Amino acid sequence: MATRREVFGAGVTAVLPMLPGIAPFGVIAGLTAVGTGLSAAQAMLLSGLVFAGASQLAMLQLLAEGAIPAVILLTVITVNLRFAMYSASLAPHFQHLGRSWRLPLAYLLVDQNYASSINRYLHGGPEGAVHGHWFYLGGGVTLWLTWQTATAVGVFMGASIPRDLSLEFAIPLVFMVLLVPALRDRAHIIAALTGGVVATVAADMPLHLGIVTGAGSGIVAGMLCDRQPGRRP
Amino acid sequence: MSETTLWLTIVGAGLCTWLLRLSFIETWRWLSVPPLLDRALRYVPAAVMAALVVPALVRMDGAVNLSPDNLRLLAGLLAAAVAWYSRNVLLTLAVGMGALWALQAVT
Repeated sequence: MATRREVFGAGVTAVLPMLPGIAPFGVIAGLTAVGTGLSAAQAMLLSGLVFAGASQLAMLQLLAEGAIPAVILLTVITVNLRFAMYSASLAPHFQHLGRSWRLPLAYLLVDQNYASSINRYLHGGPEGAVHGHWFYLGGGVTLWLTWQTATAVGVFMGASIPRDLSLEFAIPLVFMVLLVPALRDRAHIIAALTGGVVATVAADMPLHLGIVTGAGSGIVAGMLCDRQPGRRP
Repeated sequence: MSETTLWLTIVGAGLCTWLLRLSFIETWRWLSVPPLLDRALRYVPAAVMAALVVPALVRMDGAVNLSPDNLRLLAGLLAAAVAWYSRNVLLTLAVGMGALWALQAVT
């Protein structure tokens, strides 16, 4: 039977191939934060507390546009709604743990750690359940350290990079790479098309609610599409 | 936005995100996920990412611009092709930013 240390190590190993994709994203998050006018301390606190790149970049974009805090928080919640889905999926595997485990483990829930851990819990056989939370902890800590280091590099670089490099364009480029695997069938493609078009049309809405409106419309469109009989992929 | 408000917004964003992560892990014993919510959540990544990408590419100077004058749209389409086939963040960033800088240099 595997020891805790071995399971923790297996969790670390499982996320290693994902780090080259995360590091540049974290550097961009740090660069953008400083470019938006955040201090180094604020930029690091943002990565440290939120620990979710897409929402951090969306938040910085809204800060740059002068949105009010309520809309910024609403947008962050919308972008991070997927964590509630991951939370529901992982919940049965964490119920034997006390609250002193559950609260910090929830904090380490990100896309890559979710994917790696749920795969082990569901397909790892009897061995996969042994010390399962240590596997998750190994992946989560590794991803967290990578994210904070990458942000720090971005914050440090940000001070020495000229302002006219259009670096804010890196934000949609990163989101593109996250969008591709989400387009897994017809209903998801409809959700994306609707979300993109509505967000574009709604971009001039008061209070910068364009992203929230676009995302909400896309979700409804996807749900309507998968309901139509005979159109299931 | 004042400095204090900015600090509070950052902390608030962290708190909201943590509560979303904790949601069903903490309530699972006495609350099952409503099926409608479960279905809605499936479409969050596709809808959200597209809502973030598309306006950034097709809008220029505060209006929709689908002409070749919109250099971000051109560079973005090239990067989208790279993202589609490679799914690689670093490669997509390199091609997209490189294309934008090249286009800015020649126009």
